[in-house]
Amino acid sequence: MAKPNDNRAWLMMLPVLAVVGFSAVIPLMTVVNYSVQDILGPDQRIFVGREWYHKVLTDPELHGAFIRQVIFSASVLAIEVPLGLVIALSMPLHRIWSSLSLVILALPLLIPWNVIGTIWQVFARRDIGLGGVAINALGIPYNYTSNAFDAWITVVVMDVWHWTPLIALLCYAGLRAIPEAYYQAARIDGASSWGTFRHIQLPKLKGVLTIALLLRFMDSFMIYTEPFVLTGGGPGNATTFLSQHLTRLAVGQFDLGPAAAFSIVYFLVVLLFSYAFYLVMTAGDRR
Amino acid sequence: MESERDYALKPLEQVWNDGGAYALLGPSGCGKTTLLNIVSGLLRPAQGTVLVDGKDVTGASPQARNIAQVFQFPVVYDTMTVFENLAFPLRNRGVSRDQATARVEQIASLLELRSELGHKASGLPADVKQRISLGRGLVRSDVAAILLDEPLTVIDPHVKWLLRRKLVQIHAELRVTLVYVTHDQVEALTLADEVIVMNEGRILQRGTPRELFERPAHTFVGYFIGSPGMNLLPCTIDGHFAVVGGRRLALGPVCDRARARGGTTTLGIRPEFLRLHPRRPEQAASALEAVVIGVENCGGHKIASARFGEQTVAVKLSEEDSIEHGAACWLEFPLPWTMLYADDRAVA
Amino acid sequence: MKRALFLTLYLVGSLVPTYWLICMSLRTNDQILGAFSILPRDLTVANYVTIFTDSDWSDGYLNSLAYVAINTVLSVAVALPAAYAFSRYRFMGDKHLFFWLLTNRMSPPAVFLLPFFQLYSSIGLFDTPWAVALSHTLFTVPLAVWILEGFMSGVPREIDEPAYIDGFRFPRFFFRIFLPLIRSGVAVTAFFCFMFSWVELLLARTLTAVDAKPIAATMTRTVSAAGMDWGVLAAAGVLTIVPGAIVIGFARNYIAKGFALGRV
Repeated sequence: MAKPNDNRAWLMMLPVLAVVGFSAVIPLMTVVNYSVQDILGPDQRIFVGREWYHKVLTDPELHGAFIRQVIFSASVLAIEVPLGLVIALSMPLHRIWSSLSLVILALPLLIPWNVIGTIWQVFARRDIGLGGVAINALGIPYNYTSNAFDAWITVVVMDVWHWTPLIALLCYAGLRAIPEAYYQAARIDGASSWGTFRHIQLPKLKGVLTIALLLRFMDSFMIYTEPFVLTGGGPGNATTFLSQHLTRLAVGQFDLGPAAAFSIVYFLVVLLFSYAFYLVMTAGDRR
Repeated sequence: MESERDYALKPLEQVWNDGGAYALLGPSGCGKTTLLNIVSGLLRPAQGTVLVDGKDVTGASPQARNIAQVFQFPVVYDTMTVFENLAFPLRNRGVSRDQATARVEQIASLLELRSELGHKASGLPADVKQRISLGRGLVRSDVAAILLDEPLTVIDPHVKWLLRRKLVQIHAELRVTLVYVTHDQVEALTLADEVIVMNEGRILQRGTPRELFERPAHTFVGYFIGSPGMNLLPCTIDGHFAVVGGRRLALGPVCDRARARGGTTTLGIRPEFLRLHPRRPEQAASALEAVVIGVENCGGHKIASARFGEQTVAVKLSEEDSIEHGAACWLEFPLPWTMLYADDRAVA
Repeated sequence: MKRALFLTLYLVGSLVPTYWLICMSLRTNDQILGAFSILPRDLTVANYVTIFTDSDWSDGYLNSLAYVAINTVLSVAVALPAAYAFSRYRFMGDKHLFFWLLTNRMSPPAVFLLPFFQLYSSIGLFDTPWAVALSHTLFTVPLAVWILEGFMSGVPREIDEPAYIDGFRFPRFFFRIFLPLIRSGVAVTAFFCFMFSWVELLLARTLTAVDAKPIAATMTRTVSAAGMDWGVLAAAGVLTIVPGAIVIGFARNYIAKGFALGRV
């Protein structure tokens, strides 16, 4: 059945527009405003046009942070999405076990992000942390404070530990929403469990996987608190990602102009990538 | 401690003959889907066995039972084309590509799906999807029975009868056993050779549509089948008379048997068989006086409501019959069609 | 069987850092930073005592719960009709609008700090749970709409029609028939709205001062001139998990129940 064309659907959109529009438009305008001015003081502004954008885009530090950010997001997505899906598929059917699993699964999501950074900061230390000590005890030299590679591994593992449950929960809810009749029909048709996965579960999970992928991409691209607390961006700037770079600009140097310009650029980059992902994932629907 | 209430199905027995067309008819929650799922193997009964040709298959999985099932709302594999959908059960069983293609085309012709074979299965209208579901069952040459669980529920009314007709045609051509679950008596009565009426986990009566109509074995069957259903009037027995609404009707020896059975007695007669006379008829012993309190025009016929004592009955009249609202009349209860029920079960 | 083993391994592994958090909360700062031990020696509840005797903490808890509750209810309520519209109808600009919603999540909240501060001060909502709740809707509502739309689209449209024919009016159809079918989607949406709002500290701290101060503010007090108060921070972290665990305990039934197609 094709979707009926009905512009009255805009009425259903009004509550959302009121709430989100209110929250979104005004700040956005403010930021754009700042990005094209040089704010020397509370009442001293000079319009500088594209100067900040130029300065921001040619900054070599920014390039470094950008590349690191892309590698980070790619690694994290590549691990979290399949892992979350497999966890969702492995959830038990029995009511008590599934309840217990759900609660344990969701725990990492509920910890404030600065506390997460703090946990791992101690946990991964090779002198006083359970993780750090254990790894070194196995004979692997590991020190995230001085070794850039180890720092990277730690940051990635922390993110995977923190956010895989989000994907797992989404996929699990999506799996539970598949009507039993589909599984019954597959049994009668003699489908193997791989066949059931490929022809029923995976197609039905497409919507959920799209939002999971987009969500994790966006959030990982903007990640700030956890890696900042864990490594402070170090050693050196090995784990300095984009948003930390932005914060340094805005807070450290208290330069609102370039910071605002950078925010706009940042936003556009995320937008572009997300839109590309979105187009790819929904390619089938548009045929 | 388990009581009967804990069971969705009370003890029952049913034999399905090869090639027959059966309907499981009953209201929501009566257990018909449960029974169907036990037959197909999707459900395992807590007690009892399922035998196919004498062989015990109670523990066998659905694919081992040579059955196909069509569900209430269309189940198709969205990512596959119609052709691939139909070929899926065959490919899973290792049938060669050529053989599968031939069989799929044959079934697609039968179901009038040939023009859709190349299309993606998602996005097709509901009735096409149900035909695909049905087709997936029919492609398997070893399929012994097709089980359908209210398959026309989500189909547009004007397309329903097309699908019903297609089912009848398929049954006639392929001679495959059909078991059709429905709460719609029209569907049951048009599709099935034998209708099984169920309520509250019990089989109340099984028989041809005509038997169920003319000789309902249970008050529920009388009430459920027919539009409107059977008139059911509480009555008492006095000798060879049934006392209903304060009037006496001479019904003969059946009254003795009813009294011997004991329990509450009910008089039943269908609106189609109850006769309305403007004047006292000759066979006055089984007639009584009443007042017409309403006449409803239903297109090809009329339904008159008549009242006597505190009982109201419906009478079916032809289009030409005219009787005034408020007029006095006589209701004749023809003996062959008047049924007596003791504790809701028919007295022979 | 393999799946059960894999899942058990993952869940146990997932609990290890949380276990470490609990350990930290039960030790003093010296013990945390001093020597390593798998099981904490000399358990102490001093950190928890510090928290419980500080009235700011319990106030902070309640304040946080206030804005999170407002946000969750508001987000889901507002998202439901929008998601239904996106799922069932085509209308002018629908695809663009759908994507635009998500763009509101594409900037780090830090960018909005100053503008929001000015905005909510000017309309007098500063230092109330409403300011925080509304500012959080910026990223919870798009999420809610996207997730709900996905689940609603999974319900075959064929189910809407017979319900109409049976004489159901729209509100009754929506709440009695449609919503139960996407139970797991609504539950998971509500949980995520709760979760994202609950752990968001930056906006919560910036938009409040005294009256509506949330736990975020009190948590940052753990960093002082004397250095970080690890033990108290860890204890605060543990206590922060508790409401979330309750919420997921409550929502798990709905998440797991899924698609219950009753007699249509």
